[in-house]
Amino acid sequence: MLFSVELRNYETMFVLTPVLSEEQLQETIDKFRGFLQGKKADILHEDKIGLKKLAYPIQRKSTGVYHRFEFKAPPDVISALETEYRREEKIIRFLTFALEKHGVEYNEKKRSGVWDKKNEPKKKEAA
Amino acid sequence: MTLVNESVQRKNLGKKYCRFKKLGIKYVDYKNTDFLMRFLNEQGKILPRRLTGNSLKYQKKLATAVKRARQLALLPYVADNLK
Repeated sequence: MLFSVELRNYETMFVLTPVLSEEQLQETIDKFRGFLQGKKADILHEDKIGLKKLAYPIQRKSTGVYHRFEFKAPPDVISALETEYRREEKIIRFLTFALEKHGVEYNEKKRSGVWDKKNEPKKKEAA
Repeated sequence: MTLVNESVQRKNLGKKYCRFKKLGIKYVDYKNTDFLMRFLNEQGKILPRRLTGNSLKYQKKLATAVKRARQLALLPYVADNLK
């Protein structure tokens, strides 16, 4: 198989336990950011959503700290990233998935604030 | 078929267009829970296409978005008073 380092767009989101102190939280997030950068993934956007109420209790906790990364990476980085997630006990839930072209376009639009008008209830395509 | 056992149409009969095509939405964001809630019933189950009027392509995108939201506890798997 011709080995071509073809970067694909991914989005990953994980939920940390709320019982962390601020710097523990920050240190875990930095650990994953460093992990991604170490694997030559360029992080397009990082979204610190912070503490949110969970829809159902996970490990008997009803709130969690959400964090989201959008990045481009070669495909083999993902399995390494997921084992890293599993190894980390502070992470109670994670989700990684590939973004197809509509997803990438949507994220760019969201980042550029095309829809940031206050009364925008639905995700409408500007075009 | 006699009129007596005609199924009760939950949504009004006018719901015949695909909301995603009409608004030109191409990607269903799993983080936008209040938009996704419109397609769930009170128990948090995904409404079928015949009630929401969605086309197949967008109903599938909607289903994957809802399942991702459920995985990340943004949406409940089972709820009794979602609305």
